[in-house]
Amino acid sequence: MAQKRRTSANFSSLPVILLLGLISLPLLLMYAYLFIDTVTDSQAGSLVPSQFTLRHWSFLWETKTGKPNIWRVTFNTFIFASSITAVILLVSSMAGYVLSRLNVPARGVFLAGVMVLHAFPSVTLIIAIFVVLQWIGLYNSLIGVILVKAAIDLPLGIWLMKGFYDTVPWEIEMAGLVDGASRFTVWRRLVLPQIKPAIMALGLFSFLTGWSEFILPQVLAPGAQVQVLSVYLAGLIVDDNNFDFGTFKAVGVFYVVPVLILYVFFQKHLMNIYGGGTKG
Amino acid sequence: MRILLEKFSKSFGSTKVIEDMDLDVGSGEMLALLGPSGCGKSTTLFSICGIHRPTSGRILFGNKDVTDLPSQERNVGVVFQSYALYPHMTAAENIGFPLTVRRVATAEIRKRVAEIAALVHIDNLLDRRPSQLSGGQQQRVALARALIRRPDVLLLDEPLANLDAKLRLEMRSEIRRLQKETGITAILVTHDQVEAMSMCDRIAIMKAGEIVQIATPSEMYNDPRTAFVAGFLGNPPISFLKGTAEQGEFVLGDGSIRLPLAALSGMPDGTPLMLGVRPEHFGNGGDVPVTGRISFAETQGRENLYDVMFADGSVLRSIQPVRGDLKPGDDVRWNLDSKAAFVFAEDGRRL
Repeated sequence: MAQKRRTSANFSSLPVILLLGLISLPLLLMYAYLFIDTVTDSQAGSLVPSQFTLRHWSFLWETKTGKPNIWRVTFNTFIFASSITAVILLVSSMAGYVLSRLNVPARGVFLAGVMVLHAFPSVTLIIAIFVVLQWIGLYNSLIGVILVKAAIDLPLGIWLMKGFYDTVPWEIEMAGLVDGASRFTVWRRLVLPQIKPAIMALGLFSFLTGWSEFILPQVLAPGAQVQVLSVYLAGLIVDDNNFDFGTFKAVGVFYVVPVLILYVFFQKHLMNIYGGGTKG
Repeated sequence: MRILLEKFSKSFGSTKVIEDMDLDVGSGEMLALLGPSGCGKSTTLFSICGIHRPTSGRILFGNKDVTDLPSQERNVGVVFQSYALYPHMTAAENIGFPLTVRRVATAEIRKRVAEIAALVHIDNLLDRRPSQLSGGQQQRVALARALIRRPDVLLLDEPLANLDAKLRLEMRSEIRRLQKETGITAILVTHDQVEAMSMCDRIAIMKAGEIVQIATPSEMYNDPRTAFVAGFLGNPPISFLKGTAEQGEFVLGDGSIRLPLAALSGMPDGTPLMLGVRPEHFGNGGDVPVTGRISFAETQGRENLYDVMFADGSVLRSIQPVRGDLKPGDDVRWNLDSKAAFVFAEDGRRL
């Protein structure tokens, strides 16, 4: 907050801004045309749009044959991403605490193992997972793919949480214990609030990775009833017969808007990540 | 409430921190555990409040054996060195927390928080969070939180270490006042002899996991049992001379200085000795003259501190009312009060 409009006296920032602007121009154009192309028609090869149209957005109010309803898909994506977030937050906030604070046998081995799991490319497991899901009857269901995705993302969450718990001073827990609180109350009422910024960050991270996850739902839950947006989007370009770039881009914009909204609302929490802590 | 430690031992893994310690703190007494870092004083404190489990031995509060009771059931109040306030709660919520977890009614909590806040003079700061409070105010909040549920025992772990010098002076008397007003049994852990002497009824001085001596501050100052105790108490500290006994005289190092001391009569010649002389007992009257050269002079405002070096290189400190006539390099012949000097055996035992 303090560095609001603080100008450096040592050098002018104008050349830097110009240079950065120039370099980012291609990116900017890409984003601009991602949006422009969804509401206009233009001649092939021309950069200037020839007419305004909303037909690329028609997927919002009419379901194309052979495609699932967009709102159903959006709902699925939302359920998918938020369930992953919930599972990851719940498990890693507890597992992280245990690994950071309690005397767990073979903690080192466990942490190293979790780290290896994190480094393991999930795609290599996909056939095995596919077989397992099919076998237990969770293939082509949201629950199945949620569990798989959450399990794959958990190692990172656990490590992150453990790291944050490590920074919470022991004295706070000791004080809680002599104040008469149970170990669970200490965790819930005293320690957890200290790492709230980490919970916010991890939650946001998990939601975003869930929102953008493609390969797992594509393989494990491709059915129309359980499709998520990334799979829906991929379905549009796979379809060689009705190739429609305008619609593809419109769905893309539709797909990315919730992410942008999340950033607008939660960037403060991401910035706040080092705001907590205790100091006497 | 009386606190009793019987044959209390604590080790972490294979490291023995405390072995067979006995300690008896009377009801309403304030006792200081004084010692250098790593001597086991904090370990003792944390064992009393139940955060550490003793390896062996018993801990009793009154007649109740609390050795195997968890912290939550011991009814102790602890003030930590870092205060350990809960950063996300206001001062009032911090103070009320021990009652909140006991599910005391909200109105009752509010009433008791107000009472205790008035006692520690922070009634106007209750809405603030710890980060909005100064060190001294945080300290008071921590005290209030420790006292609110009327604990049997108050434990203070270096409570003044994080305060600046002036506040430390203020909180010293403040803590003592609270302890007296509430009549609570208190144990203060500190490595600062001034704190221990000024705040406590008795001092237990610790070294390497053992209590070397327990006594009132003045007893301990005037009658230390070992050279370690003598060296720990007093500021500026006592100075030691190494020498031998010879015909009832203390002979310094190379024999250039001989001090006739009554305490040495009858001691076999050649016994290695240590002589402890407090700075106020050298150069302020006395009966045995000694010649040396001032090697260091320091003014402390009201008093001057001089280091006097003797021919063999050993040094005695002297503290005297301010005088402007001496500077390093001057030769002086000052008297040493032989009756006030302590004689120690080579191993530090007082003779």
